[in-house]
Amino acid sequence: MPDFISIPLHDGFSPIAISFVLAAMGLNVHFGYAGLLNFGQAAFSAVGGYAMAVTIVSFDVPFLPAILLGLVASVLLSLVMGIPTLRLRADYLAIVTIAVAEVVRLIFTTSFKDYFNARDGVSGFTGTFRSWNPYPTDMGRFLTFNRVDLWVMTVGWILVALICVFLFAIMRSPWGRVLKSIREDEDAVTALGKNVYSYKLQALILGGLIGSTGGFIGALGLASVQPDTFNTEFTFIAFTMLILGGAARVLSPVAGAVIFWSLLSLIAVILADLSTLSWMPDGLLDNTRIGNLRFAAVGLALMLLMIYRPQGLFGDKKEIALDAR
Amino acid sequence: MRTAHTIPPRPQPRRGQRSTGAAFLAASLLAVLTFVTLAGPLSAAAHAAASTSSPTQACEGTPIEKTVKGTLVNNADDGAPVPGVAILVTNCDGEEFPGETAEDGSFEIPITSGFGIVTVTLDPDTLPEGVTMREGARTTNTLTGNLTTLNTTFLIGPDNRTLDNKWDRVPGLIYSGLLFGLIIALAALGLNMIYGTTGLTNFAHGELVSFGAIVTFFLSSGVGIPFTDAEINLPFLVAVPITIVLAMGFGWLQDSWLWRPLRRRGTGLIAAMIVTIGLGFFLRNMYAYFTGSRFETYDEYFTPAGKSFQGLFTYTDRDLLIGAICILTLAVVIAGLSYTRLGRATRAVADNPALAAATGINVDRVISLVWIVGTALTALAGIFLGFQLGVTYQIGQLTLLLLFAAITVGGLGSIWGAVLGAVIIGLLTDLSTLFIPSDLKNAGALFLLILILLVRPQGLLGRRERIG
Repeated sequence: MPDFISIPLHDGFSPIAISFVLAAMGLNVHFGYAGLLNFGQAAFSAVGGYAMAVTIVSFDVPFLPAILLGLVASVLLSLVMGIPTLRLRADYLAIVTIAVAEVVRLIFTTSFKDYFNARDGVSGFTGTFRSWNPYPTDMGRFLTFNRVDLWVMTVGWILVALICVFLFAIMRSPWGRVLKSIREDEDAVTALGKNVYSYKLQALILGGLIGSTGGFIGALGLASVQPDTFNTEFTFIAFTMLILGGAARVLSPVAGAVIFWSLLSLIAVILADLSTLSWMPDGLLDNTRIGNLRFAAVGLALMLLMIYRPQGLFGDKKEIALDAR
Repeated sequence: MRTAHTIPPRPQPRRGQRSTGAAFLAASLLAVLTFVTLAGPLSAAAHAAASTSSPTQACEGTPIEKTVKGTLVNNADDGAPVPGVAILVTNCDGEEFPGETAEDGSFEIPITSGFGIVTVTLDPDTLPEGVTMREGARTTNTLTGNLTTLNTTFLIGPDNRTLDNKWDRVPGLIYSGLLFGLIIALAALGLNMIYGTTGLTNFAHGELVSFGAIVTFFLSSGVGIPFTDAEINLPFLVAVPITIVLAMGFGWLQDSWLWRPLRRRGTGLIAAMIVTIGLGFFLRNMYAYFTGSRFETYDEYFTPAGKSFQGLFTYTDRDLLIGAICILTLAVVIAGLSYTRLGRATRAVADNPALAAATGINVDRVISLVWIVGTALTALAGIFLGFQLGVTYQIGQLTLLLLFAAITVGGLGSIWGAVLGAVIIGLLTDLSTLFIPSDLKNAGALFLLILILLVRPQGLLGRRERIG
């Protein structure tokens, strides 16, 4: 297969892509179903990944309890973000989440260096997880993926499937219907005697938990957690994936994420090919600049999608929380 | 470049760079410890280890001539000068400049250094008989300032001062915090004017701050316009007004090409907020593309001489002038909003656009004007921040959190609230370094933001009905 097909396909299903799928699914609970504007999804993934990594590496906690601690940390983060803001207009949550995400990254970069190792991040926590790998050690590569990646992907995609089933069920339940009606008209739901604040907080926690599982898969896939992985780009890429797929559908963030990550990878392949052309001026397309152009394209895509096709590829325009407060 | 995780490391501006500085400091201290215990020929090796153990340490920008100054006095001997002590200055590229204290205990070591961390090491072995360092005092000082004159002190003899060392920093922190607060007040006012008249929370506002710094840099610093042979090398003071005019045009373009059509289509505020996120992301990466993700400095006025105010803090004429321009600009804009016809029309639109339109105010024109003035104010703040943070595409990202904290604390949509909030945030972030590491000072702004949302969500000067 030529590179411009095989590389995007590889990237579209890789462990990194799964971490974005999960982040986008969490955002779907926030934005798609509850109408909450969370611009700090990266913080949930970061806190999940770091809590797991640090407890294993520095405190010798076994793997599964470490995962549990990661989930607890993510719930605490939701409370910090949600309690001050969820009674207020949507933009307050947006402001606080974007601020919390920056500060979380700042803390991981600059503080408690004994545990977080600044920019180098934390590594060496994958032992237990890898020891469970059922694939034979002499299998070589399967569809361009090696044995380790394949094991992370197996677990990751099973996790995605389970969460999809769970979301499908819960969004059809009375709880999910209340959530969607909060998105449509908060006052009407309050008038019916529901505690809107509590429902919003629950939605924020649920979406955050899903986002932090994305942090686990990403960390296991890369075998390390680094603060720069979780910069604002992370959140905005996840957001663009969600909007591209179409908010408020269970499967659309999954499809959106795979399609978008493949496209992003395709852009990189094409730009890298262009940069080797003889007539291309020096410096116009060096590696850093290719990265800049890809992300500029993400920004542009997010704008254009939101303006011209807010329901994305598979969404329903009536289901988008565009006029919420 | 196949995944997001292979984004090359980006140059961090000075504020973010202190982590490596701290690592370097730790390395140097370790080296100095070895130096003290082993002494003799080993000490040179230890010092070499200190300068090579931090390969990430490098100067940014063009090297310029600087002077490292200080005076050694012995507190045990009623402040008698300490002559003949070897002082070694190491610049951020690891180049060494040795020197010695004169008869009056003073030393003045000329060095050349770019923008970055300079360390000054005192060799305790060369102290005269009977003179000792203060217990626990450092023999290596790290200087991060970008002034041409760097002052440093070493503590010799017992501590017989009455003041606690920590509180000595208060006047300097108030000065720097106030200056920073006044600068971000310009940008916060721009943000709040746009929010007030259109209801739009503009997450791309940080990129308007970067616009000012980056455009001024390209106009004034004689760096070629990217990918062309053209080169514009205007004096800084000419480049600034041109930048402001370009910023006005940028604001007008943004409104008439993007936001006005979106208002006509009836795009909701949440959708518009996501559009601002996309726009900000697009602009930031385009800035990075055109600056090559480099960290730059202005050619002129970048390193003025520091002057001491009554020994309390160091100030520069440039910074005083910047502060004065900020105050003057804020006063003119606020007076304009309060007393002119157009200003009253702006406030009417902010209050109730439909009613304003019914009384014959051209709402679109007022909003367009607000975008023009708001972007110009913000770009001016960006130009000044270019001195403080260095010129980088990340200025916007670094200040956005502070700007939002400022307008939320002051009150979303409130004119005076923006100014008050910005000054509070400026003072708070700088003064908080008394208690927390300076790397984390922006966390203080977040803390205040959350606190104010818990106890007074409309902000100090905001109105209740805005918060929903």
